[in-house]
Amino acid sequence: MNVNGVDHPAPTDPRRLLSDHIRHDIGLTGTHVGCEHGVCGCCTVLFDGAPVRSCLMLAIQAEGHQVTTIEGLAPDGAPLHPVQQAFHETHGLQCGFCTPGFVMSVVGLLKQNPDPTPEEIDEGISGNLCRCTGYASIRRAVLRAAELSR
Amino acid sequence: MKPRLAEETTSGGRVGDRVRRPDAVQKVRGDFPYSSDLQVDGMLWGATVRSPHPYARIESIDTKAAKAAPGVKAVLTFEDVAGENAYGLEIADQPVLASDVVRYWGEAVALVAAEHPEQARRAADKVKVEYAVLKPVTDPEQALLPKAPKLHPGGNVTRHIKIRHGDQNATAEVVVTGDYEIGMQDQAPLGPESGLAIPDGEGGVDLYIATQWLHIDQKQLAHVLGLEPHEVRLTMAGIGGAFGAREDLSMQAHACMLALKTGRPVKISYSRPESFVGHVHRHPGKLHYEHGATKDGKLVYVKARIVLDGGAYASSSTAVIANASCFAVGPYQCPNATIDGIVAYTNNPPCGAMRGFGSVQNCYAHEAQMDKLAAALTMDPVALRRHNSLETGSALITGQVIDGPVPVAELLRLVHERPLPAPAAKNADLTAMPGGVSNTTHGESVKRGIGYAAGFKNIGYSEGFNDFSTARVRLSVVDGKPRVEVHTAGAEVGQGLVTIQAQIAGTELGVRDVMVLTADTEVGSAGSSSASRQTYITGGAVKAACEAVRERVVALAQSELKSGEGLRLEDENIVGADGNVLVALATLLGEEVIDELRVFRPRKTSPLDPDTGQANAHMQFAFAAHRAVVDVDTELGLVKVVELATAQDVGKAINPQAVEGQLEGGAAQGLGLAVMEEIQVQDGVIKNPSFTDYLLPTILDMPPVRMDILELGDPNSPYGLKGVGEPPTISSGPAILAAIRAATGRPVTRVPVRPHDLVL
Ligand code: FES
Ligand code: FES
Repeated sequence: MNVNGVDHPAPTDPRRLLSDHIRHDIGLTGTHVGCEHGVCGCCTVLFDGAPVRSCLMLAIQAEGHQVTTIEGLAPDGAPLHPVQQAFHETHGLQCGFCTPGFVMSVVGLLKQNPDPTPEEIDEGISGNLCRCTGYASIRRAVLRAAELSR
Repeated sequence: MKPRLAEETTSGGRVGDRVRRPDAVQKVRGDFPYSSDLQVDGMLWGATVRSPHPYARIESIDTKAAKAAPGVKAVLTFEDVAGENAYGLEIADQPVLASDVVRYWGEAVALVAAEHPEQARRAADKVKVEYAVLKPVTDPEQALLPKAPKLHPGGNVTRHIKIRHGDQNATAEVVVTGDYEIGMQDQAPLGPESGLAIPDGEGGVDLYIATQWLHIDQKQLAHVLGLEPHEVRLTMAGIGGAFGAREDLSMQAHACMLALKTGRPVKISYSRPESFVGHVHRHPGKLHYEHGATKDGKLVYVKARIVLDGGAYASSSTAVIANASCFAVGPYQCPNATIDGIVAYTNNPPCGAMRGFGSVQNCYAHEAQMDKLAAALTMDPVALRRHNSLETGSALITGQVIDGPVPVAELLRLVHERPLPAPAAKNADLTAMPGGVSNTTHGESVKRGIGYAAGFKNIGYSEGFNDFSTARVRLSVVDGKPRVEVHTAGAEVGQGLVTIQAQIAGTELGVRDVMVLTADTEVGSAGSSSASRQTYITGGAVKAACEAVRERVVALAQSELKSGEGLRLEDENIVGADGNVLVALATLLGEEVIDELRVFRPRKTSPLDPDTGQANAHMQFAFAAHRAVVDVDTELGLVKVVELATAQDVGKAINPQAVEGQLEGGAAQGLGLAVMEEIQVQDGVIKNPSFTDYLLPTILDMPPVRMDILELGDPNSPYGLKGVGEPPTISSGPAILAAIRAATGRPVTRVPVRPHDLVL
């Protein structure tokens, strides 16, 4: 599978979750695991460009596919991706544990819909939990990200 | 050997600026190492064997099969606890590993370390524990009966607070009574409990951990590991939220024991189900209230009996019940009060700190009572509250006279006068309806309700507890420019403490380049990131240390420049009395390093009188009010919170952006307890230990929060600031309940509100 532009061998254990494979075998710990159940969205990555929950997939399912993790958005100290920049500017995070998952979901959302309405934003990221912000600053971050991406 | 930790970033900004968090860059890049991300070469993984019974005697523990399992390096039981097998924040009543008896479902009994986490979990399943199952005590009222089995040597009353204020036989023209019930809420920080212990080869250990208070962990760890405190060194790892869940030890002692035993680094990271038994929860409770008032709506007396379920171990129960009792009446003047606050041991999951502790539970009751009283008096509920509001110089039911601004009536006025949201549109988007995209209604049978609540609570430690924080500030020249380094042990749990420390140092020393060092036990204690205290206390320590550095800079300038009075440090220059720049700070300092350590203490508090609960027990108070607007589908009992409005006095907003984040995030946790969040415990067993079944508010549940942030300035605190974090979680939920009652006309006395409470 290809992760952030680099090819990686398949995991030796066929039961390995994609989230565990990314974190523990490849060593990219920016993909977080908050529930292991597909509820919190912390583990969201792009799978051939679309957001998926990596805790709900087996690593071998990613064979022959492109996976982008949070580290792949602005690699090696490149300037922040507009969505990352927007979360930083609008205080769209506190503890930040949910942030990589939100950022990946928003990247996917804006790709599909570059100019979302407030309702579309809410629906688009309703699958990601945040325990700190109460979401208001995340709403502001998505609007800002849409602006920065234009 | 050291794991990779978060970068020590520099930032600038002044007190009052909207400063972007310096840690956010690493956080948005996915490059910020949380405790669950820690790793070093050769580390083992720990797993915990937990009790499947809420109450049982341990007959035997057989570790043979587990020890023989593949990859296993150690299996430990209570016999391996080198120090005293008891710890706790206030009462050392909890074993590190159970020895003779287990008192709750999920209590730790044995530990395994193995090469791979899967091997550790499988070996943990092979530890054979024989139990003699006992009948659990799961109702706190039952636990208080004389015939109940004693769960701890001193009996089942963890603490009983008696407040006897004014005339104990007062009577009133109008009397209302009520019974209220609070469910068990979970802090549910998204980052699981985790940490990495590395043995130092000389009998000591280094622990990298996400905790709210490094030094209290260190103290408890030394005690249970049988080591001196300097042999147990702690360093803060990235914290994925806390809210009270990281005040007690979880896996800290376990990882250290395994590391010391195996001589290898050991990591433990809980799964979500394990996290539900790995930390304490918000106390559930039952509250009985009686309010008496005059015909024109002045409170005459309040009588209350508040019973909280503390679960199997004390944790911070004693402080929680103190808050629940001291603030039982809410932010109102009440000349006479009779309050009994009791927290009991049971065989339910242990309860302790969660944002707003004690004041969240009682606020549901006192605010429902105020509405009931308003109805009985045919008075407007906001008018009744404003008529009785605490003011500067009012005495609390503990006899303490409050000084400084007490804007309760003003906060209520602000939320009351805010324009109301538009009525529900006829063809509104489904997400705006109760039931949301489940498409349960298009507006038929939906009724709107509006409700108000006010709340308050103490900031910082109370009852004579020694509250302090320590800061070390170092000024030097790096690359030709002045650089300030700030070192404290304060926990950045997400609230923005790192940013605030840099802002304070930037303000006091006029230096742009401020680096906040990693928190660890190399510097003195900062106390916990709890009770909304850290900006005040650690902020105060940073300010004091900076002032000491500044004095030394000015003294140095005076001696170097042979100049007299009137020199000051301004914008990285030494400026004379006439405002002219005399020398650049970097030039003045040269190779010189100025390093100062200061301990900051807020004003002292006193213990509550054991018979009457009277004392100046609290250091500072923070107040907030909320208005909630809800739509309720009265056929299905589904609730949509349409809008929250709040007003809060923060004294001085050190970082307004962070203050807004606290008001919004705190309100979301209040909303959660009001309408969805509950750990369901049946016969001592948690039935929903996952985010599939324990519901947290999503963005679709969370309405906009309209805010009025007042900065009235507390004359006693640094910059006039007040603690901010907890008040948003106190009155938000009770306002929602009031709005639901207004929409449905039902009493609704229990939270979280369930659909059947609204329709059956
Ligand atoms: S960890 Fe995958 S959704 Fe929570
Ligand atoms: S910022 Fe902490 S969970 Fe979202």
